[in-house]
Amino acid sequence: MNEVVMIGGMMLVTFGMRYPTLALVGKLNLPPQVLRALKFVPPAVLAAIIAPAVFLPQEDAGLQLALSNAHLLGGLAAVLMMRYTKNLLLTIVFGMAAFWLAQWLISLA
Amino acid sequence: MTAVAQQSFNVSKRRDEFLAGMRDTIPFIVGAIPFALIFGAFSITNGISVTGTMGLSSIVFAGSAQFIASELVGRGASTAVIILTTFIVNARHALYGATLSHHLKHLSQLWLVPLGFWLTDETFVVVATRFERAGESPYKHWYFFGSAILMYINWNVMTFIGINIGRTFGDRLTALGFDFAMIVTFIGMLVPLLKNRPLLMSAVAAGTSAIALHDVLDNQLWLIVAAFIGIAAGYVADSLPDDALLGWLEETR
Repeated sequence: MNEVVMIGGMMLVTFGMRYPTLALVGKLNLPPQVLRALKFVPPAVLAAIIAPAVFLPQEDAGLQLALSNAHLLGGLAAVLMMRYTKNLLLTIVFGMAAFWLAQWLISLA
Repeated sequence: MTAVAQQSFNVSKRRDEFLAGMRDTIPFIVGAIPFALIFGAFSITNGISVTGTMGLSSIVFAGSAQFIASELVGRGASTAVIILTTFIVNARHALYGATLSHHLKHLSQLWLVPLGFWLTDETFVVVATRFERAGESPYKHWYFFGSAILMYINWNVMTFIGINIGRTFGDRLTALGFDFAMIVTFIGMLVPLLKNRPLLMSAVAAGTSAIALHDVLDNQLWLIVAAFIGIAAGYVADSLPDDALLGWLEETR
């Protein structure tokens, strides 16, 4: 029962965020300033998700800029791979491989 | 062109857009597979039932929110807190909808309701990139549909497999760091977007704000606040005179 309420509620708030703007905003005449601001949605949202996952990988452990941060090393590997190959598939495979290699090396140290 | 020939031309255009949407989404599927697998395993080891876990993937269909919800269930959080957190985590989707909307304004509700339901981070980035490209195709929504349906089927099949992995092996995939695959995918999505200084400024501002606010704001509120700071920073940088800085990123184009 609790699960039904939880899933129903999650569905409502998620759809309630996704659908209304998708269906309605195009029909409004938005000022050009707003359209210009919307260009920055993809980089801003992605960076806001990525940064804490890479720089704050452990809960309550604070900023981790050291080489002992496997998430940071894997993330850097992914940035370089995407920058130079422009291939998302290779980037995902290489980034995860670098992350696991770093994790393994750190566990040895 | 005769009416019949015109019709078959349109059909092939639709199919082309649909298949192109699927094809361009394949790399994102590779990143979503491990994430969906560990979601399935994580969710049932946190005490959500098999039906509930499948319900989350098929009815809510929002990867990071599902993950956070199962973590909160494991910690014994109240249903109200879980729904509130989902709302905050998924508030970014309102921005996605606003960004894509003017390309879809000619569509009926029959299209808009399912496309809205299927709007994920991955499909958003793929579709926004396609919509930015020049050339007016009246069938761009078929591209959206192709991308979305592939993400949806994959997400649900992999959740189901993940549930079975979780039943046998418990939560070991999370311990191995499989959840990082989603972040690596997002990095691959972000890098090609940083085509000029305002876009880079936007990402840097959002990223640093997210780090600064992460442990300050509760219930994932930091995410949407940091996104707005990034959008504002990009907008301001865009209003300043441009220069040829950052040729390194320029080449990414």
